[in-house]
Amino acid sequence: MSNMDTKIQELIDISRSPKAQLKKYKEQGKKVIGVLPYYAPEELVHAAGMVPMGIWGTNTKTITRAKEYCATFYCTIAQLALEMLLDGTMDDLDGIITPSICDTLRPMTQNFRVAMGEKMPVIFLAHPQNRFEEFGIKFTMDQYHDVKKQLEKIASKAITPEELEHSIKVYNACRAELRRFVKLANDHCDVITPVKRSGIIKAHWFMLKEEYTEMLGALNDGLEALPVCDWKGTKVVTSGIICDNPKLLEAFEKNNIAIAADDVAHESRWFKTDAPETNDPVRDLAIQYTNRDHDVLLYDPKSAENRRGEFVANLVKESGAQGLVLFMQQFCDPEEMEYPYLKKALDAADIPHIKLGIDQQMRDFGQVETSLQALADVLSMRV
Amino acid sequence: MAEEAKKKKGPSPGVLALRKVVDDVYEEARQAKKRGEPVGWSSSKFPCELAAAFDLHVVYPENQAAGIAANRNGEMLCTAAEDIGYDNDICGYARISLAYAAGYRVGRKFDPETGEFIIDPASGKPLKDENGNVVIDEETGKPKKDPKTQTPYEELVNINDIEALPDGEEKERRLNALKPIRQNLMPAPDFVLCCNNICNCMTKWYENIARMHNIPLIMIDIPYNNDVDVDDSKVAYVRAQFDAAIKQLEKISGRKFDQKKFDEACHNANRTAKAWLKVCDYLQYKPSPMSGFDLFNHMADVVTARAKVETAEAFELLAQDLEQNIKDGTSTLPFEEKKRVMFEGIPCWPKLPALFKPLKENGINVTAVVYAPAFGFVFDGLDEMAKAYYKAPNSVCIEQGVAWREGICRDNKVDGVLVHYNRSCKPWSGYMAEMQRRFTDDLGIPCAGFDGDQADPRNFNAAQYETRVQGLMEAMTAKD
Repeated sequence: MSNMDTKIQELIDISRSPKAQLKKYKEQGKKVIGVLPYYAPEELVHAAGMVPMGIWGTNTKTITRAKEYCATFYCTIAQLALEMLLDGTMDDLDGIITPSICDTLRPMTQNFRVAMGEKMPVIFLAHPQNRFEEFGIKFTMDQYHDVKKQLEKIASKAITPEELEHSIKVYNACRAELRRFVKLANDHCDVITPVKRSGIIKAHWFMLKEEYTEMLGALNDGLEALPVCDWKGTKVVTSGIICDNPKLLEAFEKNNIAIAADDVAHESRWFKTDAPETNDPVRDLAIQYTNRDHDVLLYDPKSAENRRGEFVANLVKESGAQGLVLFMQQFCDPEEMEYPYLKKALDAADIPHIKLGIDQQMRDFGQVETSLQALADVLSMRV
Repeated sequence: MAEEAKKKKGPSPGVLALRKVVDDVYEEARQAKKRGEPVGWSSSKFPCELAAAFDLHVVYPENQAAGIAANRNGEMLCTAAEDIGYDNDICGYARISLAYAAGYRVGRKFDPETGEFIIDPASGKPLKDENGNVVIDEETGKPKKDPKTQTPYEELVNINDIEALPDGEEKERRLNALKPIRQNLMPAPDFVLCCNNICNCMTKWYENIARMHNIPLIMIDIPYNNDVDVDDSKVAYVRAQFDAAIKQLEKISGRKFDQKKFDEACHNANRTAKAWLKVCDYLQYKPSPMSGFDLFNHMADVVTARAKVETAEAFELLAQDLEQNIKDGTSTLPFEEKKRVMFEGIPCWPKLPALFKPLKENGINVTAVVYAPAFGFVFDGLDEMAKAYYKAPNSVCIEQGVAWREGICRDNKVDGVLVHYNRSCKPWSGYMAEMQRRFTDDLGIPCAGFDGDQADPRNFNAAQYETRVQGLMEAMTAKD
C-alpha cells in the first residue's frame, strides 16, 4: 500500500468507527459533545477543550427504540440519531447539542431532551431565519452565548475570547483544507473515488480538527503532486442532505461516475462558509451563520429569484460535471420543497439530473444502480 | 349517564354571522383586486394586526386549502402539485396552495356545443317521496338520485390557460365553469405574509409562492422555543421584525403606518380572542350545548378575520346562542353524549363524515380541541403581541404543549384522547407519542392514535380509524 493509500485508508477507517473515536478521546481524558445537524457552532465546543462529534444517523442500524418517540413519517437521520442515543452507542458522550431549524428537528429536540433525562445534558439551539439585519445577528449571538454557558458548565471552565478566536482559526483552516480537497478530488477522481471521497470528508465529524486538518493537508499535498487525471468516465455534482452510504456510492464507481463537486449538507454546505476572524468571536460565529447561503434549510430574502437553483446549476458547469444526482432523503420537507425550482434551473441550463429517493435504512440499491446506469449513458454522450 | 340533549334544527344566528364574516373576507379581497388594490396571502398566525393597520386585504391559504379539501378537491390539487414536482410527503395544505398558486383550479365540465354542464350521475342525494321514503329506480333496483342535488363532473383546469384566451364566449364559459366555491375563486397574490411560528415548511412554501408570482415576501420568523417563557431576547428579535415588516408594508400599500387603525385591530383581535375562548368554554358543560366539531368550522373566523369587529360580535352572538341552548337543554350535537374526548390535531377535512360517524355511533362528543388555547391569545402592546405570536401550537416546548392540553382536558372533563397522527404535519405529530404517555400518567385517561391527513384523503384509512375509536370507547367504558 502506498503512502497515499495508507493516509486515505486511515481516514476512511475513522469515518466508519465513530464509537472507537469516542472511546479514544475519552481515554485521553477529554469530554465529548455530540452535535446534531445543522450548523451548531462546533467552535464553542472546541474552545471549551472538548471534542465535538457529528451525529448524522447511521447506515447500519434499524429503528426500534426510537419508535417509542417517533411516528413512521420522520427522517431516518433524526430517528437513527435518537436510536444511537438510546441503544448505548453514544452513552459515553458528555452532552449533545440539538439545533431545531427544520420541522423534524423542532419536536425531535423535545424527544432528545425527554429521552436523555438525567443521562446527559441536552443543549437546545434555535437559529433565526431572519439572520441578516442586526436584530438577527443579535439573536444568533444570544443563542450562542446560551450554548456557550451550558458548555462551560459541562467543561467546568470558562471559555476565554482568546480560546474561541483560536478555535475559529482552527476551524477556518479545516474548512479551507476541505475545500482544497474537494477541488483536488475532482482533478484526481481516478484516485479519489466516490466511496473514498465520502469517507475522507466524513472523518472530520469524528476528529479534533487540528488532527484532521494535518492528515487531510498531507493527503492534499500528495494529490497535488500527481498529474491531473485524464478521466474517461462521466462526472456529476451530488446534492442533498447526506450521501455517505458506501454501498450506494459503489454504484457510482461501477458506472464510472465521478463526483466533481457537491451541494450536500453533510459535506460542502457545512464547510463552504468561514467565520470572520475579529476580536469579537461570538459575533464572528453569528456572522458565519448569517453568511450561509443557497441552502434549502435557510430563508432567502430574495426568494422571488431562483438563486439556489441557479447556484447549483452553476456549480455543475464550473466543476466540469455533466449532470447532477439528487439524493432525496425521504420525509425531508426542505429538500422536497426546493426540488421543483432546482429542476427548473437545471433544465434551463440543459443539465441532466436524477432524483434518488433514499433513507438510512435502505439496504437494497438495485433500483439506484439502474438509475445511475441510465444517467451514465445519457451523460457519456456529453463528455 | 348524560342526559340526551335535544338537537336544534338549522344554523343559529351566531353561526350564520360567523359564516358571513369569512364570506366577506374573500368577497372583499376579490373586490379589492378588481379595484387594483394589492391583495396579500398570509399564513394563519402571521400578526394580522399589522396588515390591518394599512387597510390591506389579506386572504389565507391554509383556510383555503382546508376548504378545498373539505369540498373533496384536495386530492385533485395535491396531485397537480405532485405533477409540478412537489413530493407527496409535503404538507397537503402546502401542496394544494402551491398548485393553486401555479394556476390550477377546479373546473366543472361542460358540453362545448351547448355550454350545459355535464352532470355526474353518481353525484347527489337519494330522491325521497312525499313520505320521506327513498324512491327506487325500477330499472336498476337502486335508489334514484334527486336531480336538484346532482352536480357536474369536475376537472383540473389552469387559470393561466383560460386567461390567455382571447376575450369572448369561450373564455367567459370557462371562467363561469370554475367551481363556485369561495376557495376556488381566491384572488392571486401581490405580496405574501409569512410567519413560521406554526412550522418551517411555511418558510419554503411562501418562498415558492413569491417565486411563482415574482412578488415581495414579508417574513416574521419565530424560532422554536425550548422554554415555557418567552424571554427578552426572543421578544426583542420579534419586535424588531415587526418594525421591519411595517416598513415593507408601507412600501407595498403606499401608506404610512396608522397607529389608530393598528390599535383598533389589536382591540378587535383581543375581543375576538376573548369571545372565542368564551365559546370554547361552553364545552365545559356536561352535557355540552354543542358538538366540538363545530369549533373546527368556526376556526375559519379566528384564522381569517380575528382583527375585525364583526368577528368578535359574531362569536359573542354564538356565545348567546349557546347560553340559550343551556337554558333550553338543547345542543348542536345530534346524538346523546355518552363520552367526552379531546381531539388532538387538525381534523381530516376531506373525511369529516367518516371522522364523525364512529363518534356518533359510540356517543362520543369532542369537548376539547387544542385550537381553543392556541388561538385564544390576549395581549396588551407590542411586546406582549410578540410573546403571543411566539406561542403557536408547534412552536412551544413539550411542557407548554402538555400544560395547554391537560388544562382543557381537565376543564372540559374528557374521558379520553383521540390523537391524529397527521402525515401533513411533522412538527405537530413529532412529539405526540410522549404527550400520549403524559396524558395517561397525569390524567389517568386512555389515548388512541390513528393515521390521517389534514388534506390528502389518500392518507386516511376509515377502517383503522373506526377500530381505534372502538378501542378508545372500550377503554373509556372500562373505567366507569
